Amino acid sequence: MKCKDILEKLSEYIDGELDPMLCQDLERHMKDCHPCLVFVNTLKKTITLYKYAGSEPLPKEVHLRLHDYLKKECKGS
Amino acid sequence: MSMRMLRNQEDAEDALQETFLQVYRGLKGFEGRSTFSTWLFRLATNVCLMKIRHRETEPAKLLPLEEYIPRPEEGGRPQIQDWPDKPEEVLLNKESREKMLEALEKLPAEYRAVFVLRDIEGFSNSEVGEALGISVAAVKSRLHRARLTLRGMLSSYFQRKAF
Repeated sequence: MKCKDILEKLSEYIDGELDPMLCQDLERHMKDCHPCLVFVNTLKKTITLYKYAGSEPLPKEVHLRLHDYLKKECKGS
Repeated sequence: MSMRMLRNQEDAEDALQETFLQVYRGLKGFEGRSTFSTWLFRLATNVCLMKIRHRETEPAKLLPLEEYIPRPEEGGRPQIQDWPDKPEEVLLNKESREKMLEALEKLPAEYRAVFVLRDIEGFSNSEVGEALGISVAAVKSRLHRARLTLRGMLSSYFQRKAF
């Protein structure tokens, strides 16, 4: 398996959707290829950071304005 | 979700209001063929995509896949460096969040929508496909390109924070 092949499969690997045989090939490659190992780590961190950053609740004032807007728009309908 | 798609707070709030108005008006027609949340996010995504199209800005171009291949180490110096192993709450200060939103905004809208729904909102590939009207294969392909592009855009920033 070459670096290019690894690159194409990374998301499936991270999501646990990769065929187990390919998974083994990929992990064997990463043992000897530091750039690919770092690449996988940083790709995983990208996903984790966005997931974490995205878990903020809706601000209370936005919630209230939405409520007021819907009340006004839906009045009498 | 609308904030992450549109970044601009005013636009995001408009999109939120418009989405819920559409939900209210369309509720009688909701046939339960998809889950309520998939339906809600489909409406929200469509509202956001419409707003993005109206902005008339040049969509970002994604690099060919080959451009992302990690280069082998040369002269003993690694070309690719890891990001810090700090907990998310330490890494995610205001500046980092801003950088991440900036990067997300640079993604073409159809890639951004997939990334937001799948990786941030936590929908499955098939739910994202259903919400956007595309195949699961297209979801996977767009998601992969979106992730690679975001990683690439954030790399130099987070590598610096490792030291």
